[in-house]
Order: sequence, then C-alpha cells, then structure tokens
Amino acid sequence: MTATLEKGIRVLKEVIDAPIASYFNSCVHCGLCAEACLFYTETGDPKYTPIHKLEPLRRVYEQEYTLLGRLKKMVGLSRAVTDDELDEWQELVYNSCTLCGRCSAVCPVGNDIVYMVRKFREGMSASGHAPAGIKGAVNRTVTIGSPMGVKLPAVQAQMKHVEEDYGIPIPLDAEGAEYMVMLSSMEIINFPEYLAAVAKIMRQAGKTWTLCSTAFEATNAGIQIGNSDLAKVIVSRIVEGAEKLKVKTVISPECGHAYTALRWEGANLIGRPFTFNVKHIIEVLGEFQAQGLLKTEGFETDKLTFHDPCQLVRRGGVIQQPRKLMNMVAKNFVEMPDAGYMNWCCGGGGGASAIEEGEELRLEAFKKKKFQFDTVKPDRVVTACANCRIVLEEGLEHYQMDIPVVGLTEMIAEHIPDKGA
Amino acid sequence: MNELQFLTWVRGPGLDLAVGIFLLGVVWRLFEIYSLGRKKDLSAPRHAAGASGLHTVFRRSVPPPGMLKRSPVSYIGGYIFHIGLAIVVLLFAPHILLIAHLTGLSWPGLPSQFIDLAAVVTMAAMVVMLVDRINKPVKRFLSTFEDWFTWAVTFLPVLTGWVAVQHLLLPYTTMLALHILSVEILLVVLPFTKLFHAFTLFGSRWYNGKVNAHKGVPV
Repeated sequence: MTATLEKGIRVLKEVIDAPIASYFNSCVHCGLCAEACLFYTETGDPKYTPIHKLEPLRRVYEQEYTLLGRLKKMVGLSRAVTDDELDEWQELVYNSCTLCGRCSAVCPVGNDIVYMVRKFREGMSASGHAPAGIKGAVNRTVTIGSPMGVKLPAVQAQMKHVEEDYGIPIPLDAEGAEYMVMLSSMEIINFPEYLAAVAKIMRQAGKTWTLCSTAFEATNAGIQIGNSDLAKVIVSRIVEGAEKLKVKTVISPECGHAYTALRWEGANLIGRPFTFNVKHIIEVLGEFQAQGLLKTEGFETDKLTFHDPCQLVRRGGVIQQPRKLMNMVAKNFVEMPDAGYMNWCCGGGGGASAIEEGEELRLEAFKKKKFQFDTVKPDRVVTACANCRIVLEEGLEHYQMDIPVVGLTEMIAEHIPDKGA
Repeated sequence: MNELQFLTWVRGPGLDLAVGIFLLGVVWRLFEIYSLGRKKDLSAPRHAAGASGLHTVFRRSVPPPGMLKRSPVSYIGGYIFHIGLAIVVLLFAPHILLIAHLTGLSWPGLPSQFIDLAAVVTMAAMVVMLVDRINKPVKRFLSTFEDWFTWAVTFLPVLTGWVAVQHLLLPYTTMLALHILSVEILLVVLPFTKLFHAFTLFGSRWYNGKVNAHKGVPV
C-alpha cells in the first residue's frame, strides 16, 4: 500500500462525521483553545492554535459536505488541499499535538478538537505525511511485535530476573487466569521494576494472572500515527491472546496511549465488543484498595506530587484512584496547580516523543511542567505512564532540575510487606 | 422608491424573503450537518456522575477553571454582548409586538430607557471584542473575511436600531427601514456563516459531552 494524496483525501472524506461537521460549523475563531494548549502558551506562536491544526480537514469538509462549499469548488473559488500543504501541517498535527485533549475541555462552543485531530491523522498517515519517527515505531510493532523492537526472549529474560530476585513465579500463558497483564516496551527495557511490582501486588491480593507470549506489548503506535488498519493488527493480537487464555480482564500497563488504544479504541477497531474487560493497572489497584486486598505498611516522607497522564484523566476518566493510592503510602503528597482533570501534558504524548525533529519544541513546551513543578517544589514526581516518565526525565534533565520520577505501581509495591508470601 | 416605499418593502416582501431564506437555510444546514451521522461506540461504557451530553450543553456556558484569567476579554465581553443582544432583541416592546404579530406569542417587555442602555452596552462590548480580535495575535491569525463580515452584520442591526430610536442622523422612517434591512441581511447570512453556531453549538456540546461521558469523563 503506497500512500498518496488521493488516498489521504479519500480517508479524510470517510472520517468526517456529524460531530466533526457540527464542530466546524460551531467554531467562532475565539482562540480560547490556544490558551489551553501548552505548545501555544509556551511559544506564543499562533500557528499552534489547536483549531488551526485542522484547517486542511475543515476545507475538505467544506468542499465535500456543504452545498456552498461544493458550489465554490465547482466555480473554482476554493483551493484544493495539496501535498505541500499537508507536509507543512505535519508539524502541527504531530509534533505540536500530544492528543492531550485540553482544547476539547475548554472550547466554549463544545468542540471536541482532539477527536478531530485523531481523525485528521488518519488522512495524514494515508497520504504519507506522518513523521518518520512514529512510522518506524508502527512498523516495528507490526513486524517485530513492539515499537522498540523488543521480542519475547527479552520479556522471558526479565521474567527470570524477577523470579530470581523476588522469588515470585511469573506465569506465562496460564489459561483461565483472572488477569492478563500487558507491558510496554518502555517498561521491559527501562523500568523492569514494574513487572516485579505487579507480581507482588497480585500475590498479596491472591489473584491469578498471566503474561501472554503472543501479546505482551500493549502500546499501539498505530493509534498515534493515525492508521486504523495497523492499529487493528496490533490490537487484534491482544484480543486473540486474551480470548485464547480466557482471561476476565486485560490490564493495561502504566502507559496512557496503550490504555486508550485498548480500552476505548480497541473494540471499534476490531468491529465488535470485547469479551473481556480492560482496565488500567491504576484502576485495578484502586479496586484492590477498595476491597481491602491491597495492604501497605510505612510511608514515604519526602514531598511527592502526582503527574496525571492525559490519557488516564481527561481522556480516560481515572482521576480519583491515583490520589487515594498516593495517600495510602505518602505522608507529604501535594497537588500541582491544574492537577487532575486539567493537568498539563508532559509534552510527549500521542507519539510526539518518538519524533526526533520535534525535540526542541517539546523542551520549549516543557516550561509548562517546569512551572507546575516550581510551584510545589516536590522532592519526587510520581506518575502512571512510562512515556510521561521518560519525557519528564528528559525535560527535568534539560532544565537541570534534580527531581526523580517514579511509577505509582512500583511505589505501592515497595510498601507491600514481604511476609505473608 | 421614496422612504415610505422603502419601509413598506422591507416590512413586507423583504421580510418574507429574508425569513424564508433563514428558515430554509437553517433546516437545510441542520440536515446537511447532522445527517452525516456517526458510528456506534463499541467499547464498554463507563458511567460517571455529571457526565452526559446534556450536562456539557449547560456546563460549557461557564469558563473552565483558570480560563477566565487567561482570556478575560473573550469571556466577559462575550457574556455581555450575547446577553445584551438577547435583551435588546427579545425584551424591546416594539420587537415583542412584531413577534406577536408573526407568531401570536407575547410577553412583557422592559422600559425603553433600559433597552437603550442595554443597546449601548452591547455595542461597547462588541467594539471591545473587535479591538481584541485585531490586537490579540491568536484571534488576528485565525480571522478571515467572514469574521469581520459577521461582526458587521451583527453590529449594524443594533446600531441602526439605536440610532432610529434616538432619532439621529436620518429621518426616522428611513432609519427604521435601514434597521429592518440590516436585520434581514443578518437573517439571510446566519445559516451560511459562523453565526450558525447559534444552532450547532448545542449539537457540538452535546456530542462532546456524550463521547466523553462514554468514558466516564464529565467534560
């Protein structure tokens, strides 16, 4: 399949639905969405205004689906969308949009702008205008099995490592287990503590769980690049794995987009409802906590704050659980300004962190996080997304801020007593 | 055509034509937009208090936390001129008479001195919004001909109405005819420009609320 402009325009025509038509007709150019976007607030450049990032999509809509637009097109009064234009828009649709959804949360006429960006990316990808960085990640996920090229032996090596260090067996392909635990490459390579943490938590809760040899990678770069066909291939592996092992619940790891891909887009990608539940690990921990299955001892005493991953709060509805979990193990937990529903993005979501040429802009946008951190001056930052974690670490290092970033699941697991194993 | 003939035309055939285009335009545009439909969401829904299409229709009338401070002119100016327009259009006694004549519906109006004040405040807010659109980089960057044009066709009915009532500039008959003509232009333009947000805003807020309510997020 080669990507062409014609294909891109055809895809754009396909993705335009009543909500998008309604949104474009409602926009009054008030510019408030810019005030919600960290790429605008930190650069002051109006081209990063969220609704402007959709201009080519708006023109396709007008020219194809409105009477006046069709008339204008017929008499040659409107400009067709070109390859050069889409090329120019790549920076706006990918590098400077993390699909964080703050614009959708503030638009006074109610436009769900991030919904449109996600759809616009389908056309960008089909016309060959997606950034090389995300393209590479998608290709590796489809051909090798993970965006970072991680294969099963790497996972098995880590399983062995955890089994040796903690003396807890890691089940693989255990049919009939209650939970199937997914990982992200980032965790397999950079944060091996995650798997150990899950093992400790599951053992204490007395739950059966398993990894799956054919579906261990949860991230879905197909969603980020905007290619539903590839996203479907990736999500299908997980569905097949979960159905083969007959698990009740698939647990999305500490990764925002993996959760969105699996929890909200998955069933729509494969065209039928799932036969199992999908939960983010933080939701599962929240349930264990509520059911008294999660018992911790001791407290962190340094000043901690929590960075809400966009896909978990605004785009996912998991808002209260991390706070209750934080308070379970932290004596000095402070909230940043705008924390929770309106938290500011790390700047690297939606595939943006995979785009090399977007790094400078990303670090510029990070000034927003810097401001949030400077306000509460935490000793450490806790989060629940491996990608946020990496992006935060890079930003903090760039601005020479000595604030370690930790994962919430691991922090909880550290407070689970070893006895009673 | 003398001024009386002009007034007779705008009150008769002109008004019929404008109202006709407006009504057909609104129906056509609503059909054109909402008949596109949308796909059913197959993911398992999550329920949360305060999350629904209807909640968002109302909630979005209030600035989200922190936003009022970031863009006070947009919010305060926006509130004033929208509410001002509603007062002037719906609570001025002669307007109510016209509406009663057209539809049979009637309600009490406000004293004309109050309407006077409301009109002046509305115009002032609209001028402030215009200056903001010129001054603010984002708004200027987003603005097209349509933004200036729709501002003008919204402003002119208020201005001409106020001038007519004050008996300024031109003879009352001519001014009144111009006022009615400006309203007719507004009616004709509304369905085909961004002014149509007066209708689609409800659908947009509802969709946004609905799509996110599916995830258990009250937006």
